[in-house]
Amino acid sequence: MPEIQPPADVIEVRDLTKRFDGVTAVDGISFALRRGEILGLLGPNGAGKTTTIQLTLGLTTPTAGEIRIFGLELARHRREILQRVNFSSTYVALPSNLTVWENLNVFARLYGLRRPRKKVEELLDLLEIPRATLDRPTGGLSSGQQTRLNLAKALVNDPEILFLDEPTASLDPDIAAKVRDVLRRVRSERGVSLLYTSHNMPEVESLCDRVIFLAGGRIAAEGTPAEVLASAGSRSLEELFIDIARNQIPQGAERR
Amino acid sequence: MWTRVGALVLRHLYLYRRSATRAGEIFFWPVMDLLVWGFLTRYLERAEVAAPVTFLIGAVIFWDILYRSQQSVTVSITEEVWVRNILNLFIAPVRISELMLATCLVGVIKALIAAVVLGGLAWLFYSFNLLAVGPALVPFLACLLLFGWAVGMCTMGIILRFGQAAEALIWGVPFLLQPVSAVFYPLDILPGGLQVVARLLPSTYVFEGMRAALQTNRVDWGSLALALGMNLAYLAAGAAFFGWMLRIVREKGYLSRLGME
Repeated sequence: MPEIQPPADVIEVRDLTKRFDGVTAVDGISFALRRGEILGLLGPNGAGKTTTIQLTLGLTTPTAGEIRIFGLELARHRREILQRVNFSSTYVALPSNLTVWENLNVFARLYGLRRPRKKVEELLDLLEIPRATLDRPTGGLSSGQQTRLNLAKALVNDPEILFLDEPTASLDPDIAAKVRDVLRRVRSERGVSLLYTSHNMPEVESLCDRVIFLAGGRIAAEGTPAEVLASAGSRSLEELFIDIARNQIPQGAERR
Repeated sequence: MWTRVGALVLRHLYLYRRSATRAGEIFFWPVMDLLVWGFLTRYLERAEVAAPVTFLIGAVIFWDILYRSQQSVTVSITEEVWVRNILNLFIAPVRISELMLATCLVGVIKALIAAVVLGGLAWLFYSFNLLAVGPALVPFLACLLLFGWAVGMCTMGIILRFGQAAEALIWGVPFLLQPVSAVFYPLDILPGGLQVVARLLPSTYVFEGMRAALQTNRVDWGSLALALGMNLAYLAAGAAFFGWMLRIVREKGYLSRLGME
């Protein structure tokens, strides 16, 4: 019997549209996230990045289109899918008056781990958070440690896909570099696929296998960073970002 | 399912263990209410008013159960909005029913602790024995808890839909019910129109029943059964309303705004 291969695309989005009271936030976009890939979702404020992430997590229901994750329809298998993915964002926090252990213990149990101590310690080591912080309230940690703790929460269920919304925003450069290193390790050691938004273009260039530029809810450019730059004739993703933000999408930079 | 419900309950127990202010809140306001109403009752007794007044202390304790129950649902979820944790919960594989069940269980724990403390203090300071209500005490308390959850689900649905601007409802909604629940006076004091409204609330039957049990040692089990039946209907309606609001919130994209605003 032929071996059944898991689908190469862990996320498949087709003709996704979201309208809010007559305003189109996402306008018929289609894309895929491949297994083990880091895909950057980029664009100026209001381009539709956050809405796209919310739609793919089932936090917002689409007006039209289809989202399949692990080959399953999101609308019908959301809980099953959520068990295998996770999310971290600069704008979301863990309760600051609970300790590191208490927070990670609660989330580990929400994902079905009954005795999570070993897992929690393993994550702290991976993210270089001292084990001595286990009994300290989360609010007493440095901002870099809090960001890494959010990532620890996002890794507690060994996700196959990690959704990251500006994970390094407002971090010191050295801490941001540490977070990037962790993300690279997570991808290379665990084969995790990442869907990632950021405004830090050098970071995107160094981290992402492919990028999608959104503008006005549509895909303005798509491909590897090198491909996108070559077709747009831009010198850097930052320059391309500025062009797109000013609504001057360079010729040839459209969706490939 | 129970692992997830247990985790959500644990999250709130951790909070109360960590925060003396939050733990104290379970006792502080109810004890203050009990003291004011207890001394008022003492004064009315000394003034030899015609009607028996000790039931006022029972009314304060029963009212607190209803109030805590409603608050447990709303505050437990709103707390997650305040600390920007709500999206972490909504992207975890948790059913809404599990989230609601956990908040209700937290409410039971808080309400029972408050009831035991208030009952003890009422006995100690005012020689009021809550157990004098008799075997109906358990269904009375159950009715109040269930009605509090139903009201809490509706309140929470409105807060989800309209955001933090509607948070005042957490504390305000129970006080809309208080005048028409015959908490501190008999039902027939209310004007005719309000009596109709009062008869639609399970809480009215509990407060009327509590007074009757204390004064006559008799319980109208028929009214109590009616209150329980109403509670089941209101719980189903509260859950349906919450589900409807959640669907609207997901369609309009308010859920993430709520988590990040």
